[in-house]
Amino acid sequence: MHDVIIIGSGPAGYTAAIYAARANLKPIVLASSVEMGGDLMTTTEVENFPGFPEGIQGPDLMFAMQQQAERFGADVRMQDATELELDGEVKRVHVGDEVLETRALIFATGSAYRKLGVEGEERLSGHGVSWCATCDGFFFKQKQLIVVGGGDSAMEEANFLTKFADKVTIVHRSEHFRASEVMLERSRANEKIDFIMNAVVEEIVGTESNGTEQVSSVTLRDTTSGHTWSMPIDGVFVAIGSDPRTHLVHGKLDLTTEGTIAVDGRSSRTSVEGVFAAGDVIDPTYRQAVTAAGSGTVAALDAEHYLAAHAVPALVTSPEEAAL
Amino acid sequence: MKEVTTASFEQDVLNADKPVLVDFWAAWCGPCRAVSPILEQIDGETEKLDVVKVNVDQEPDLAMRYNITSIPAMKVFQNGEVVKELIGARPKPAIEQELAAFL
Repeated sequence: MHDVIIIGSGPAGYTAAIYAARANLKPIVLASSVEMGGDLMTTTEVENFPGFPEGIQGPDLMFAMQQQAERFGADVRMQDATELELDGEVKRVHVGDEVLETRALIFATGSAYRKLGVEGEERLSGHGVSWCATCDGFFFKQKQLIVVGGGDSAMEEANFLTKFADKVTIVHRSEHFRASEVMLERSRANEKIDFIMNAVVEEIVGTESNGTEQVSSVTLRDTTSGHTWSMPIDGVFVAIGSDPRTHLVHGKLDLTTEGTIAVDGRSSRTSVEGVFAAGDVIDPTYRQAVTAAGSGTVAALDAEHYLAAHAVPALVTSPEEAAL
Repeated sequence: MKEVTTASFEQDVLNADKPVLVDFWAAWCGPCRAVSPILEQIDGETEKLDVVKVNVDQEPDLAMRYNITSIPAMKVFQNGEVVKELIGARPKPAIEQELAAFL
């Protein structure tokens, strides 16, 4: 029986692990087999995490957090939770065929990239449609690209892609941007970046080349006039935000109308006792590395209090006492 | 996992006498680094399939020849032809399921 299992290894999961490990709770971190480190693993320079005046590479930051958690005894496993049993005092976490038992569970699974949901997107995924500029930008040297989205991640991707592409057009459905002023300014100042506002992608079209179908154009629709047109393009990078990753807890934990896991006030307590949630999976609003880290701290402290108040059932009564 | 180059591709992949999974990867690709140890395991667990890797940074010609625009890209070659393609990192059971016909 473990004290705490943490599912997720972004800033929330690892910070919870640092706190729980320092509290001697010997947390197990199920860090995921392919997405360990979370979203920051596919970003480049992180300039707004306090303590790094020159910025730090996303993967370096996450590796440092992992090492910090391990230094205090966190057991970080590159494995995926596949099923949860949350009823009762003992929570069960399935990892493939293995079942781990724990008294407290911290759920910090973050969010998953949102898809456009248009014709051609699935079919051409990996053939010109991408969600990861740092992975795939390299293949678009001297090409024409669009980035769909209006947030910080869209701006960051667009700027990064100009290292390779000749031209990057940001397609955004409104004229208001969620992106921060500094990121927006950087894109506006970049000669290789153009904007098409009040437009959405209606379809991604491919043509056969060299035996495989590759993106060749997109159909755009003006959201105000309804006018549609075709734009020749070599690649489409989708950066329209993400949805909380809650599939493991559907029907088990209460969710909010926004789809995040519901927690009690400013705490991390979910609708099930002994289960705590932290990071982007509870946050529809801020979703920053540093707010996620703070949220992970809250979860670890809440879990620590919960464990202190709920002694291990098997140890409450000693055999002698039980005989009385 | 064997590193294959443009020079050795024909011999190691196209003319191989069994199916070969080629992992197109790069050092700067986080998901590639995540999937690499999984492929290493699969390579060690089966005799039926060879698993090799191609560094797209060092072998841009191979990447271009096989229309790589997204990595990690895992392509299974049989008798010189691409018979299966997986793009993007995923957990080991999911990869094994996709590769079931070759394992």
